[in-house]
Amino acid sequence: MTALRGRARLVGDDVNTDSIISSTRKRESLDPAVLRQFLFEHVDPTFAASVQTGDILVAGKNFGCGSAMEVAVTTVLGAGIPAVLARSFSRTYYRNAINNGLLPLVCDTGGIREGDILISDGTGAIRNERSGETLSPEPLPPIMLAILRAGGLVPYMRQNGDFKL
Amino acid sequence: MAGRTISEKILARKSGHDAHAGDLVVCEVDCALGTDGSVPMALDYFKAMGGENVRDAARLVFALDHYVPPTSPQTIELHRVMRDFARRFSVTLHEAGEGIGHQLIVETGRALPGGLVVGADSHAVTYGALNCFATGIGSSDLAAVMLCGRIWLRVPDSIRVVLTGQLPSGVYAKDIALALAGMLGADGAAYQALEFAGPGVATLALEDRLVLSNLAVEMGAKTGIFPADAETVAYLQGRTGQAFEPVAADPDAHYSRTVEIALDALTPRIALPHLVDQVVALEDAAGTPVQMVYLGTCTGGRLRDFHQALAVLEAGGGVAPGVQLVVTPASREVRDAMAADGTLDALVGFGATVVEPACGSCCGTCGVIPGDGVSVISTANRNFKGRMGNAKASIYLASPAACAAAATRGVVTDPREVSR
Repeated sequence: MTALRGRARLVGDDVNTDSIISSTRKRESLDPAVLRQFLFEHVDPTFAASVQTGDILVAGKNFGCGSAMEVAVTTVLGAGIPAVLARSFSRTYYRNAINNGLLPLVCDTGGIREGDILISDGTGAIRNERSGETLSPEPLPPIMLAILRAGGLVPYMRQNGDFKL
Repeated sequence: MAGRTISEKILARKSGHDAHAGDLVVCEVDCALGTDGSVPMALDYFKAMGGENVRDAARLVFALDHYVPPTSPQTIELHRVMRDFARRFSVTLHEAGEGIGHQLIVETGRALPGGLVVGADSHAVTYGALNCFATGIGSSDLAAVMLCGRIWLRVPDSIRVVLTGQLPSGVYAKDIALALAGMLGADGAAYQALEFAGPGVATLALEDRLVLSNLAVEMGAKTGIFPADAETVAYLQGRTGQAFEPVAADPDAHYSRTVEIALDALTPRIALPHLVDQVVALEDAAGTPVQMVYLGTCTGGRLRDFHQALAVLEAGGGVAPGVQLVVTPASREVRDAMAADGTLDALVGFGATVVEPACGSCCGTCGVIPGDGVSVISTANRNFKGRMGNAKASIYLASPAACAAAATRGVVTDPREVSR
């Protein structure tokens, strides 16, 4: 897995895909570079402009619930966010994340504060620079790892043409 | 050795492997749905994957339902791209106005007992009512299905939902689903299947089961699946010529938990803004003003829903001043039936705005949008902030009868009070 180093950006429980990116926005464009300016617009209108490349989303339970729309993943990636840590994900968001190379990590996010620097050397564990705490996200099953390592479902399918367990 | 749940049996059948909860399997897909909300992205992924031909066009269905009518050059272009692709590869495409994709999958007999159907839209879970394993996927997964005809799935644990007794008058399938959402919470069934069981199942019409399966995803469930019975077979008669083999759970199947709902004891429910699991007894919210009433969607836009709503509107003497009533049949078949039996005229007579059969106002991408500060009571499945296209509106969810009751008074009202 790729190494990470980024600021924690906290969002809460039950964040639905329409909160991440309003479905009304995808009528105009599906381009992540366009949509990223509307990221979390109804939750915090200043959020999109404040995102720095490498920021890590940190959520509570049920992140990405609601619609299965994939722009809720590609927009996050388009904003330069490589990973989401959550106590739990909605399953469609989780699948879409894997398929697009956004790292979804399930762990206890309760101790993380806004702006904490989170560091991973790519072996799995995540260290919180402020608290010194180390989080151990649930390991990913081989097929999900294979898709992530390929860089997402597009390169995976180009390589394999089919799913291989 | 423990027996199997319906999900374990179907995924074993479709993967050719002995499938237990927790296993990852690669399954043959019987049918895959994509909509104008998901197919345009799927076609980009398909092309990027090097897709030159679809594996089996007969298993794919496209529905234009999220942008109906299309109101911008961009959405018109999305429809054109889908039509061109469908024509080129002989994929069945349901035109704008034919209805909501989920309703069309059910009406056209494409979701069959014992089968595996996926849909690039979260409410694909709806077809679980017909004893098939039905689940939502994204656009990239749909592209892969188009390419290879298969999908990987984790075999879910199942929660057994035992229904006993029979619904009292004035209480509906939506009330069961909301009660369940209140019990389990918005992620209470995450990564799991809801498997409905018990003697109460036989008392529910197929339309009722569709409501329960549809709402399963609002509890995080991967699917909400019913056993097949005479009702299932009767519904499919004349809708498919294909043979099917229903799947039943073993009596000793393992469930992660069992919850029981006594239908006799249920009362009307309502979900408060802005979460589906913010469920209270409807009487506790009685008197809350509403300015817009929405009857439609893949949850509550079928013929019986409109009959139930109309009966309450008639008993209550029509729509209260200042209330906007919006009606969106789930499909053309539904609208034609409403026209044939006078339901449509009666609703129009009460001042309803009738919108083309499609997703309509539900997802905020088309249809009538609520104004700032407006409270909407709706037969839909979601009440997230901004869901209907305006983050300054508030959405309540209830049964068609309860929505109609609110329309008659302009405030949240127990439908049993109006029908009395």
